[in-house]
Amino acid sequence: MNTRRILQLLAAAIAATFTTIRAYPAGEGAGGVVGPATLPPEVLAMPVEDAVLVAPPNVPPPITRNYPALVVVNLEVREVVKRLADGVEYTFWTFGGAVPGRFIRIREGDVVEFHLNNHPSSKLPHNIDLHAVIGPGGGAASAFTAPGHSSQFTFQALNPGLYVYHCATAPVPMHIGNGMYGMILVQPKDGMAPVDKEYYVMQGEFYTSGRFGEEGLQSFDMAKALDERPPYVVFNGAVGSLVGDRALTAKVGETVRIFFGVGGPNLVSSFHVIGEIFDKVYTEASLSHVEENVQTTLVPSGGAVVVEFKVKVPGTYILVDHSIVRAFNKGALGMLKVTGPENRIIYSGKEIDAVYLGSQAEEGSESAKREAELKSQIAAEIKSNPAIAGLTKDMQIEKGKQVFMGLCFACHQPDGKGLPGIFPPLAGSDFLQADHERAVRIVLKGLSGPVTVNGTTINSAMPPQEAVLTDAQIADVLTYVLNSWGNKGDAISTEQVKAIRNETH
Amino acid sequence: MQESPVSTGMVRMPAGAYVPFSRGEKDPARVPVGAFLLDELPVTNGEFLEFVRATPKWRRSQVGSLFADSSYLANWGGDLELGPGAPADSPVVHVSWFAARAYARWEGKRLPTTAEWEFAAAAGYAGPDGRNEARFNSDLYAWFARPVPEVLPPVRTAKANYYGVRGLSGLVWEWVEDFNTAMVTGESRADSSADRNLYCAAGAVGVKDTGDYAAYMRMALRSSLRANNTTSSLGFRCARNLEPRTASTPWQRNSRS
Repeated sequence: MNTRRILQLLAAAIAATFTTIRAYPAGEGAGGVVGPATLPPEVLAMPVEDAVLVAPPNVPPPITRNYPALVVVNLEVREVVKRLADGVEYTFWTFGGAVPGRFIRIREGDVVEFHLNNHPSSKLPHNIDLHAVIGPGGGAASAFTAPGHSSQFTFQALNPGLYVYHCATAPVPMHIGNGMYGMILVQPKDGMAPVDKEYYVMQGEFYTSGRFGEEGLQSFDMAKALDERPPYVVFNGAVGSLVGDRALTAKVGETVRIFFGVGGPNLVSSFHVIGEIFDKVYTEASLSHVEENVQTTLVPSGGAVVVEFKVKVPGTYILVDHSIVRAFNKGALGMLKVTGPENRIIYSGKEIDAVYLGSQAEEGSESAKREAELKSQIAAEIKSNPAIAGLTKDMQIEKGKQVFMGLCFACHQPDGKGLPGIFPPLAGSDFLQADHERAVRIVLKGLSGPVTVNGTTINSAMPPQEAVLTDAQIADVLTYVLNSWGNKGDAISTEQVKAIRNETH
Repeated sequence: MQESPVSTGMVRMPAGAYVPFSRGEKDPARVPVGAFLLDELPVTNGEFLEFVRATPKWRRSQVGSLFADSSYLANWGGDLELGPGAPADSPVVHVSWFAARAYARWEGKRLPTTAEWEFAAAAGYAGPDGRNEARFNSDLYAWFARPVPEVLPPVRTAKANYYGVRGLSGLVWEWVEDFNTAMVTGESRADSSADRNLYCAAGAVGVKDTGDYAAYMRMALRSSLRANNTTSSLGFRCARNLEPRTASTPWQRNSRS
């Protein structure tokens, strides 16, 4: 190759790589690498640390040094298929492989050398906007990274506080809506009061093309995102992420601190812990401002709060978004299980259950006649419909379990025992097993007023599910309920449910 | 007169216009596109192997870092060996813009421009504007919902669009000649400044039907790239100008004869 050709190639290469990209402010973007910042002597003198990053709902330990450091953060972006709910999968775009992204913990005054590493298996480019960063895009202008590449930028944490971070690549609602958010805590210079337990929870919506609970790999639905109508509103990226054996834990007498943020992309949260009062709320995560004795705190989308409370009585405390449909029907529900000795003065439990004369009509009496008519109609249909015989009872029980664990468990509990005095048990329930058609009707239309189950009367309200569950789902979940926890019953058919749904008064 | 053999495997695209999803004040609302030839399918591993066999300087161990980064052909078994990660009839990926252009020239072709590529990609299965075709949109957005597979599927799995071009969506992202004139900065929210009349991603999506933010995502991907970059889901296909057919048209070297 002759010299002239080499020069031609070089010129073409340089021109191609550094062609001015129209409408870029300050030449940032893929071609706008400006080179490492010259660090002044006081920064060069700082000790260098690698940021400790752990998976949610845990956080790195408190920073105890009382001097600033140069903290190197390596945050990896990965696109991963994970469970969104039972039977439902989603391709999450994540910081660190989980939703929310890794919790970053630094100290006021630290200088951060931030590396955003986009895994080679990623399909999309990504970047990051950390609300703790002062500068264009909160870092997003300097961290736009193609798959299989890494970007570096440096910032100094000038303001203490708990800050949200998220991806800011177009289309931004989609990147955030696929799980690209997390938090960074900038501890104040003087530190924070010690507590016994610290936890990390973020709320976000998922806009899936299918409805809540629809099985399979779901995709992002831009129309629902634009209308702000999510089928899912969840904590930490999945229905049930903080439930059962994944629940947060504490012991009686401990002080719990929750770093709570809202990734969004759209909805705000009315954050509340059922059965608890927040002793301290750092409203809007301003660590210099405390409110005391708060029941429910409003957290903006793209915002955060720090709450602290001392647990005094054992039990299961439910974290919710108090826009309550989101908690019971869309997944914004988590658990904090507290173990330890009881204190019956602070909370006694039910002390007395006595007869109260003067109650009104018994359940079921107004429709007893119609039930009898329908019973014979339905029995005849079942006999004559071969499709019903085809669906085996076992399949129904399995599918019904998924419906139950996505929805009903919130009140009736995963073990079917309910909550004494509040939600009736289904396990061994005489009320349930006495009349299957009535059970179908209750699931469809709801039930309020007193019910007597196994000798105990509960007066509560169950919301109707006819708009939420299909006939098949109701048939499946009742088949599951009638055949679990010691209950032994028949299968319920889709046709039975359909007949009851369509009945006119 | 004979059909130039170079146009085998290419589709004749009619003249038309590309309506940019996002543009600056001074940019036209419609970019006219003359009739041209476009490859029916993206370039495959097998075809690219022929190319590097013939041009040693584009082999993995030979190429300079100015022209391809260190992930160039990372999924191949060796310089001249495809291996299980790169089936011969799957789209070639981990190629830089420089490598794609060199291949195109070797075939007597060129890369399509953004206007040409997006004009072809605007079509659905049934007509030149796919935005209102439910089936087309659901296939298109389903691709974004899936992660990149370890081994890419063969190009013959791609469906044809209205023009007969296959795999413009659903297989790989594709290089274009003028990729670096895409208008997304690293800071996607600052793109909505009133002076420049650019659309912020969210605002732009609000303007049109929900069906076409795919174009914005392609623009974002192109903006994140430098010419020597390679990624595991970025390949290319070639285009060619229409030529007058005469007996004296030079016989171009190509790998499909």
